[in-house]
Amino acid sequence: MGVSMFAYYLELAFRSLRRSRALTALMILAVALGIGASMTTLTVLHVLSGDPLPERSGSIYMPRMDPRDLSHAEDTKLPVQVTWIDGMRLLKDRRADRQALMVGGTVPVQSDDQAMDPFIEHARYTTADFFPMFAVPFRYGQPWSDAEDESRAHVAVIGADLNDRLFGGTNSVGRTIRANGADLRIIGVLDVWRPVPHFYDIYTGSFSGSEGVFVPLSTARALEMGRDGGISCWGEGSTAENEMERASCTWLQYWVQLDSAAHLEAYRRYLDGYAHEQAALGRFQRPQHPEVIGLLAFLEEQKVVPSDVRLQVWLALGFFVVCLVNTVGLMLAKFMRRAGEVGVRRALGASRRSVFAQLLTEAGLIGVAGGVGGLILAWAGLALVRRQPDAFARLAHLDLAMLVATLLLSVIATLIAGLLPAWRACSITPALQLKSQ
Amino acid sequence: MQILPILAALRRHKAGTILIALQIALTLAIVCNALFIVHERVERANRPTGMNESNLIAVQNRYVGAPSTYLPIIRTDIQAIRAMPGVEDAYVTNTYPLRRGGWSLTARTAPDATKGGAQTALYFGDEHTLKTLGVQLIAGRNFTASEVGSFERQESPSPPQVIVTKTLADKLFPNGDALGKVIYYRGGKPSTIIGIVAKLTVPWIDMDFMDSVTIMPLTFNDGGQSFMIRTKPGQQDAVFKSVPKVLFDVNRMRVLPEKYGIRTFETVRANAYEADRGMAILMSVVCGVLLAITAAGIVGLSSFWVGQRRKQIGVRRALGAKRSDILSYFMTENFLIALAGVVVGTMLALGLSQWMFTHFEMKRLSFTYVMVGVVALLGLGQAAVFAPALRASRVSPVEATRSV
Repeated sequence: MGVSMFAYYLELAFRSLRRSRALTALMILAVALGIGASMTTLTVLHVLSGDPLPERSGSIYMPRMDPRDLSHAEDTKLPVQVTWIDGMRLLKDRRADRQALMVGGTVPVQSDDQAMDPFIEHARYTTADFFPMFAVPFRYGQPWSDAEDESRAHVAVIGADLNDRLFGGTNSVGRTIRANGADLRIIGVLDVWRPVPHFYDIYTGSFSGSEGVFVPLSTARALEMGRDGGISCWGEGSTAENEMERASCTWLQYWVQLDSAAHLEAYRRYLDGYAHEQAALGRFQRPQHPEVIGLLAFLEEQKVVPSDVRLQVWLALGFFVVCLVNTVGLMLAKFMRRAGEVGVRRALGASRRSVFAQLLTEAGLIGVAGGVGGLILAWAGLALVRRQPDAFARLAHLDLAMLVATLLLSVIATLIAGLLPAWRACSITPALQLKSQ
Repeated sequence: MQILPILAALRRHKAGTILIALQIALTLAIVCNALFIVHERVERANRPTGMNESNLIAVQNRYVGAPSTYLPIIRTDIQAIRAMPGVEDAYVTNTYPLRRGGWSLTARTAPDATKGGAQTALYFGDEHTLKTLGVQLIAGRNFTASEVGSFERQESPSPPQVIVTKTLADKLFPNGDALGKVIYYRGGKPSTIIGIVAKLTVPWIDMDFMDSVTIMPLTFNDGGQSFMIRTKPGQQDAVFKSVPKVLFDVNRMRVLPEKYGIRTFETVRANAYEADRGMAILMSVVCGVLLAITAAGIVGLSSFWVGQRRKQIGVRRALGAKRSDILSYFMTENFLIALAGVVVGTMLALGLSQWMFTHFEMKRLSFTYVMVGVVALLGLGQAAVFAPALRASRVSPVEATRSV
């Protein structure tokens, strides 16, 4: 089919669509509603099931073992956190390319000029490798080093938002921040960093943003900064805050970077050895099957995407199918109404193929219009989603990939919807049509 | 009635017939499941907490700085709140229903038991708690002021006296004789049940022990506290506005978080069930739009059929058919198609419900919803076809003689 032929079909399609405005509007509206609903929900799903570290996720792993005793033995799912004893041991052994131990918390913070009332900020207490391992971008300064971890130095790295709020976005390296009553020297300011989902600690909200203050874990423990997040204990013994370093509780997250399959294999062997050694010592009572799980596999296992979001996607797709069935019906009516015209064209020598192509052009045109309408509706729908209070809601934006996908989906879907009506219309015997007139 | 000729005619419009029936079937399947979800979510968001939720304000407070003890500041704060005009009563606690954060532990009937027992949420409080929350004491007595103690972070909470909910009491003592009995909280000393309240829910909204709660006469020596304030009727707004000033006048070294610092209990409830409400609204909108689209589709295809059969209608009219015969012909035709649609749709709806049951841990669709959906769609079809059918009935017998 040549370009001029296509232009001709397009013109015919326009003319035909104009002839029955109500029907055309109804078809376009149905496609637009279906597309708009589907793309809104799919965009939310797309954002939520994204890769938090697109360039890194392949080499980030979580080592897991089972330090629990035999009570509740029916729960064999490996914990996603570690005890202080195991976390420190793995950290000190340094068997991965990079490793970090961490826990979340909240602290009241104030800037050094103290003019501002204190406010609560989310904090992360971690070790030096956290920043290079997760490729956290810095705007000013740099992360702390192992030496600062060792010496419990009073230093902090702060996030971009907190830097804007406290220091008006200027380079605040060297200034101090008062956190939980202690003065910490700022040594680094992050650029905007928002890993979605918040993979390294799913207990502090899977879609909450990244923290505002980062403090060396050792410093935070020494300064008794408030700790948050999941904690799971067993056996006897105190679970008091100042006993947490000895408690039989998992409450810290531990992540490692392993740059090659060989390193991964070596690390697996090391972890296996460690777990069995602890079992032999009697510290671990359960049969040990430790595991080194990749970041994306971990997110999959933890089902971080809320089930309501998945339900909404299915609902929207069902809705889209009804809209499409509706469009097929209307197109059938529209094309069959023009049986006479088709008969004349066929009798004048138009091949069945060219009639078919022309009718499909008309369907495609509806698809384009429906797609544009769908985009507008999806854009409006996402604006509504962003007004929802859920932590993930304000991440919902249409990106270029989803935009193109929307238009493509709309055109392809309506072309498929047009197949049956177009085929029915062009299989009319020309003679019969002409005779009945 | 002329069903056989209608069926015969429909066979000549297979594609259109199947499309309408299919659309009705899909719409029914989605609409009755969606409405069922709406019903479930609304019911969930209205579950009672066992409290009197009107005229109740919740304040979330965090002290700044690290004093050796928080207890005197807490006491001063709560006295200042109780002294406010318009305040009926108030107390300080770690958490409250629908706050979605709190503590739970296991309570057992023997000190050395390792199995059994019941999971319970912990609320700290004092002799003002029952009155402030408006919960109903059904057995025993309230705490006295002298029984209220303090609790340090490193301790296991286990005061000598506790008040529990009826659900927890019955779980621990199935014979119904819990009052006066001694129970043991994990790692703690013996506690005696001195009172039983009818109902009070845990701070979370999704738990398998929703009504299993213990109130302990303790004040937690910690920087994070919640104040619960019952205001006199009509005074809620005034108290709501003046609470921050009163607290900051007592002591500036505190943070009341911007978002959840001070909330009326209506707001607490709305916040807790925001996601459910959003889902219910979304489902309702989808149902409405789906029904509208299906109706529009029926109007479109029926109009086309009427247009296509003008000549036949004219012939029937010329042969003596009345207007009402034509009208009822199209109405019956639509009814038959819709009937086929709802039969298929009912099966689809039940299948969909089964699928959601396995994939989304939802309850199974109640049959009432399917029946309501069936009636609604049959009615919708009849309403949608009425205008085209009326137009058909107005076709003049003269049409029979016209060539086009």
